Amino acid sequence: MADRIAARRSALEGLALPSSAGLASVTDVGVAARFLYRGAPELVAGVFGVELPTTPLRANARLERAVLWLGPDEWLLLTAKADDSTLSATLSNVLHGKPASLVDISHRQVGLVVSGPRVEALLNAGCPLNLDVAVFPVGMCTRTILAKAEIVLWRTAGDTFRIEVARSFAPYAVAFLDEAMHGIA
Amino acid sequence: MLLITCPYCRMARPESEFHYGGEAHVARPAEPANVSDAEWAAYLYMRANPKGVHAERWRHIHGCGRFFNAVRNTVSDEILATYEAGMSRPDLGDGTKDAR
Repeated sequence: MADRIAARRSALEGLALPSSAGLASVTDVGVAARFLYRGAPELVAGVFGVELPTTPLRANARLERAVLWLGPDEWLLLTAKADDSTLSATLSNVLHGKPASLVDISHRQVGLVVSGPRVEALLNAGCPLNLDVAVFPVGMCTRTILAKAEIVLWRTAGDTFRIEVARSFAPYAVAFLDEAMHGIA
Repeated sequence: MLLITCPYCRMARPESEFHYGGEAHVARPAEPANVSDAEWAAYLYMRANPKGVHAERWRHIHGCGRFFNAVRNTVSDEILATYEAGMSRPDLGDGTKDAR
């Protein structure tokens, strides 16, 4: 029965990610570990290796790890490493007995990188925020909406955004971005 | 689209990120066992429904997720002030602070 062992499949498997030369392209971030942390920022900064931003709507990134401010006591911790169980254990140990909450949401959502010269126009098809680089600079992040899906939007470079979307909404978000790509063509 | 300034995100955000949360500053009686049924019913069900300036709770549900308070004119839909949950209603100098 060894062949019956569940294999992990991406929610994006089988989906054609939209891409249009000269406009924008959508790529899969791939497997990553994600944690939602609520509590005092200084408790986890040491073991995670990245200072937790206390300025609203800002992200700190270092090497392959990033912390995104989601709320006054709420952060999204991202690491590129798949299923980082040692990090989970380390964080849990540090937080033991402290008034804090740590939830492993690695499998709850998928990451997309949206990049290209027309990336703002593409995202603005479904996101009502002003994405001009003067208003939404590099390093800014926020939870917001993309059409009918809730997303976390993070500007990692001038023409590059990272989107985190619930895996159940991933086919919708990809289909929406595909439609929007036709709109800006 | 209405723009609402979230006091936690400290920026104006589109209305579609928010949910309305009812009248603000409705205080739960400190000793529920000691209030009469009428007082308890008033706390549970009775709400101001003014035509004009109204303090209300909003939640930035598709943003920082926090509840906060807003003073809104129910006629013009103009949002006069937003402030963090737990803060008292600001005096906007228009005589509406103490009206309920």
